[in-house]
Amino acid sequence: MEYKDYYKILGVARDASVDDVKRAYRKLARKYHPDVSAEDDAGDRFREANEAYEVLKDPEKRAAYDQIPPGGARTASPGQRPGFEPPPGWDAGFEFSGGGYTGGDSADFSDFFESLFGRGGVPGGRANQRASGAGASMRGQDHTARILLDIEDSFSGGSRTLNMRMPETDDHGRVVTRERAIKVSIPKGVRAGQQLRLAGQGMPGVGGGPAGDLYLEIGFNPHRHFRVDGQNLILDLPVAPWEAALGATVKTPTPAGPVDLKIPAGSNTGRRLRLKGRGMPGKTAGDLFVVLQVTLPPDANDAASALYQQMADTMSFNPRQNLGV
Amino acid sequence: MQDDAATTLTCEIIEEHHVLSLGQICRSCGVRADWVILLVDEGVLEPLKIDETHFQFTARHMRRLHTARRLQRDLGLDIAGIALALELMDEIRELRNRLQALGEPPVRR
Repeated sequence: MEYKDYYKILGVARDASVDDVKRAYRKLARKYHPDVSAEDDAGDRFREANEAYEVLKDPEKRAAYDQIPPGGARTASPGQRPGFEPPPGWDAGFEFSGGGYTGGDSADFSDFFESLFGRGGVPGGRANQRASGAGASMRGQDHTARILLDIEDSFSGGSRTLNMRMPETDDHGRVVTRERAIKVSIPKGVRAGQQLRLAGQGMPGVGGGPAGDLYLEIGFNPHRHFRVDGQNLILDLPVAPWEAALGATVKTPTPAGPVDLKIPAGSNTGRRLRLKGRGMPGKTAGDLFVVLQVTLPPDANDAASALYQQMADTMSFNPRQNLGV
Repeated sequence: MQDDAATTLTCEIIEEHHVLSLGQICRSCGVRADWVILLVDEGVLEPLKIDETHFQFTARHMRRLHTARRLQRDLGLDIAGIALALELMDEIRELRNRLQALGEPPVRR
C-alpha cells in the first residue's frame, strides 16, 4: 500500500492552520472538480484532495495521521515489498467518534485511508440519507460519467470496456468501492453530448429498492483528420495547384471510407465543399465539409521552376491588390 | 477487485429532448423537488411549464441537475453560485467546441 502525503497533496506545510488547510482544499476542489477541469486526471486529483481534506480538517484524524512518520513505516524484514503498513498501535490513545469518515464519498477513498480510518459504514451511502423515508425501500440514485469515444465508434458501433469506481453495498450493508470493468456496446450513430443509459448500473437501492441507472455522456477524442462540429465533420484536404485551378476528381477520406470528390475549376484555398450526409451518423446524418488547402509540391526541381517562371512571365496577377500595394 | 468476466451491457441512447417529470429527475439525482424548483426560479433550469405546479423536463435538464448537485455538494456553492458556474461552463464548452472545429489544440489551465 502506498503512503499518502496528505500535506503534499493539499500543498500545505505540516504545521498549517485549519484555515490554511481549508483554503488549500477549496482551491484544489475548484481547480480539479471533474465538472470544471479539462485535465485528464482531474477526477483522481479531486478524489485525492477530498481524502486529504477529510483527514486534515479533523483534529483527531490529523493528530493520528501525524503519528506516522512521513514516507510511512517501512517493514524491516528483507524480502518484503516496501510499502506502507500502519505501525501497530499507531492510533492508540485516539478515540474516533462514529465512523471513519464524516463527509464526501467515502467510497472513493484509498486503501491507505481505509487502513487508517476504516470504511464509511452508512448503509446505502451518505447520499441517500437525506431523502430516505422511514424504513421505506428506495430506488438508488442515477450515476453520470463521461466517456470519450473515437469518431469511428459512432460509425461502426462496437464495444468499450470502462473502468468504473462504483460504490456498492456488501452483505453487511456497508458501502465498499468496487473497481468494476463494464463492457458497453456502443450503438451506432451516437453523437457528442448525447447520453447513453445503462439500466440498473447506478447507485444501489436502499431496503431492497432497485439500483439507479448509469448515464454516460458522450464526447469524442480528437481525430487525426476530422474535426467535429456538432453533427458535422470538417476535413482539411490538400490539393495540388493544378487540381485547384483546372478542377479534378480526387480521392478524399471519409470516416466510412474513401470517396471520389469533384473539385470545381478555379477553387482557392479555404473553399468549403459539402458532402451531404457524410458527417456524423444518426437519425439525420450530418455533413462532411471539405476545406481545400492548395499545396505546393515540396521540392521544386528545374522543370517545376521553369513552369512557375512561365506563369510569372505570362500572367499579370497581383494577389495583394486589395491591400493597396 | 477486477471483475474480468465483464458481460456486455447494452445501452439506449437518450435523446436530448427525452421527456422527464419532476419526480423522475428528483429521483435520478437524489434531490428534493423544492431544490429543483429553486433552480428553476433562478433560471438555471428552464423546463416547459405546463401549469403552476407541473413542469416538463428533458434529458438535457437532468444532466444539468446532476452537475448542479455535484457543484453544491463538492464545492459548497449556493443557488446563485451554481447558476453562474453553469453559465460559465456552458460558455467554455461552446468556445472549446468552436476551437476544436477550427482545429486548435484544446485550452488547458
